[in-house]
Amino acid sequence: MINLAWLIPVFPLLGFVINGLGRNLLPKFVIGALATLAVAVPFAISLGIFFEFTGPDAIIIPIFDWIKVGTLNIPFSFQIDQLSILMLLIITGIGSLIHLYSMGYMSHDAGFGKFFAYLNLFIFFMLLLVLGSNYIVMFIGWEGVGLCSYLLIGFWYTNGAYADAAKKAFIMNRIGDLGFLIGVFLIVATFGSATFAEIFPQAQNIVSGDANLTLITILLFIGATGKSAQLPLFTWLPDAMAGPTPVSALIHAATMVTAGIYMIARSNILFTLSPVTLSIIAVIGLATAIVAAIIALTQTDIKKVLAYSTVSQLGYMFLGLGVGAYTGAFFHVLTHAFFKALLFLGAGSVIHAMSNEQDMRNMGGLRKKLPITFITMFLGTLAIAGLPPFAGFFSKDEILAHVFEHNKLLWAIGILGAMCTAFYMFRMLFLTFWGSFRGTKEQEHHLHESPFSMTFPLIVLAVLSVVGGFIGVPEVLHGSNWLANYLNPIFEASNAKMEAGALSHSTEYALMAVSVGGVLIAIIYATVRYVSKAHVPALDSEPKSALANLSYNKFYFDEFYNAIIQKPLDILSNFFYKIIDKLGIDGLVNGLGTGSQEASKTFRLLQSGNVGFYIFAMVIGIISVLIYSLF
Amino acid sequence: MDNFVSTIQTVPLNHYLILSSIIFTIGVIGVLIRRNAIIIFMSVELMLNAVNLLLTAFSAYSGDAAGQVFVFFIMALAAAEVAVGLAIIVMVYRNTSSVDINILNRLKW
Repeated sequence: MINLAWLIPVFPLLGFVINGLGRNLLPKFVIGALATLAVAVPFAISLGIFFEFTGPDAIIIPIFDWIKVGTLNIPFSFQIDQLSILMLLIITGIGSLIHLYSMGYMSHDAGFGKFFAYLNLFIFFMLLLVLGSNYIVMFIGWEGVGLCSYLLIGFWYTNGAYADAAKKAFIMNRIGDLGFLIGVFLIVATFGSATFAEIFPQAQNIVSGDANLTLITILLFIGATGKSAQLPLFTWLPDAMAGPTPVSALIHAATMVTAGIYMIARSNILFTLSPVTLSIIAVIGLATAIVAAIIALTQTDIKKVLAYSTVSQLGYMFLGLGVGAYTGAFFHVLTHAFFKALLFLGAGSVIHAMSNEQDMRNMGGLRKKLPITFITMFLGTLAIAGLPPFAGFFSKDEILAHVFEHNKLLWAIGILGAMCTAFYMFRMLFLTFWGSFRGTKEQEHHLHESPFSMTFPLIVLAVLSVVGGFIGVPEVLHGSNWLANYLNPIFEASNAKMEAGALSHSTEYALMAVSVGGVLIAIIYATVRYVSKAHVPALDSEPKSALANLSYNKFYFDEFYNAIIQKPLDILSNFFYKIIDKLGIDGLVNGLGTGSQEASKTFRLLQSGNVGFYIFAMVIGIISVLIYSLF
Repeated sequence: MDNFVSTIQTVPLNHYLILSSIIFTIGVIGVLIRRNAIIIFMSVELMLNAVNLLLTAFSAYSGDAAGQVFVFFIMALAAAEVAVGLAIIVMVYRNTSSVDINILNRLKW
């Protein structure tokens, strides 16, 4: 199976080409089935590789020689190892479920073929990103997924706001990508290679805290903040919810936004040797986690809640990376992919049933109308809240335990964030499924459970959200932590350099108790507020407290960026447009034009048609040439 | 040949120079002030022949036959030019019943 690995990205690419060309010719069923198969077959291959791969060393699959300049050799090749196999499984596994779901969700959309073509293209680039054996191939995927994200956010581009959201995402990503690109250049300059297998062994000999390495890792991290929506570049992700819901689930929750974490996990040794960068990552990750969680507390759009929740969870992953819990962070990537994809797809199912209504203030009491959606989303909510034994508990606990070892204050804030998470998730669940229906009569009439193609992925993902955590049960709970052992070859060098101060079992139990207790308090509070008192968030027009306003308006991040970046840029562009371009450059070009026109008007008079005058001018000319040459 | 050369050399070179300058100037002035195309044409021929004369004189004085060879070429060329020029003048006359060159300013634009 491993020698078939090169086929993995080929299928989605084929799917893209066929669906892209035949989007108006093929029947919808064929398009959907083709696109789903184009992801399902790579999933089967990935599964085969997963079982065949024994490790511990990575397997390189050369495709062709790409760039050969002097001593620099950048091959186009794939790397199969524990990290890329797990990513492959997430991408193709969840990807095929979401393709299946989209067949139902997008069935009424005019752009059905286009949608699946883009989705396949996205999978192709995402696979390149995780399969690449060097930073350059990774960068192709990195840019490609950004492009697909842009195309899919702006899928309904006739809506101006959606098109703007797409542009915002693209531009924000570009800022990060520049950092990533410069980081890669520095890597090539430092190590003389972009290939993982050549860089990382070299890097192990570098002294910890090397300035050059710190610069490289900070630049790479800037790239990650763009792609994975961290402070200060996170504002694009909530706006990206303009895209169709399966896109939000696949790209903006389960896969693309975790690319930054994958990249850092991949380059873990570089980061381990730059303690300064790690501290920055931890602080930024935690800040993002808590800020996004607070914003999510008051959002009323069901997808916005999930979007901020994604930002917040990504923050936890970065927090984990920042304290050196690479396995924990990656574990959270895995479990988050399960339950966040589930929650988004569930939200999509709700929106589908509500005839495209996204405001939770108009929902309520959907429990009985959408039983499967309700049960699966309930399980997903339990998982993200971090209640044992659901998936989120184990991964979040692993991160928080490492944070506790590292710094008690960060841990306390992290627990606070986890409580916020539990609160806003249950708030969303209660507002949507409990109470009485608050929408219009017409919407109530249309309420229906989604078709099988949509509920099946929900059920599979719900099962995964429940049992997914068991691949990483820590030792203290009598587990073997299979994931940590599996990923050990990847993080071995880093783990050796990090002095691991093992916590005593009693401390770990206490930590778990505190986090579960906190979460339970948050859930009880949410239950009292939204079930017993049946509180419904106020309309936009009603006055709110200052804090609620701050949270509801997303801490005015967008307004802040408008004021400090967009406004000055506008003024500057206006200046350049009106003064430099209009007066300067246009003036010069037009001046040359009118100047020669005026000059010709004058000199034209000399051409009188009078032969005598011509000859006279000629003679004068000859005489003056003579005089000039004589004297 | 020697006889011919010595005959030419009996007249000082300065005289040739002055004579050809005079003829050339007459030609130039003729071209400038006359409006009759045929007269202008003749004035052009005057200029050419003034130059021819000068070439022969210099050729004789410096004992180099190249100058005289040049003169033959110029004469051949002038003959060709006259053929073309006269043809043009004939056409002008047929169209305008005049050989006044100022009429030709109608050709402008």
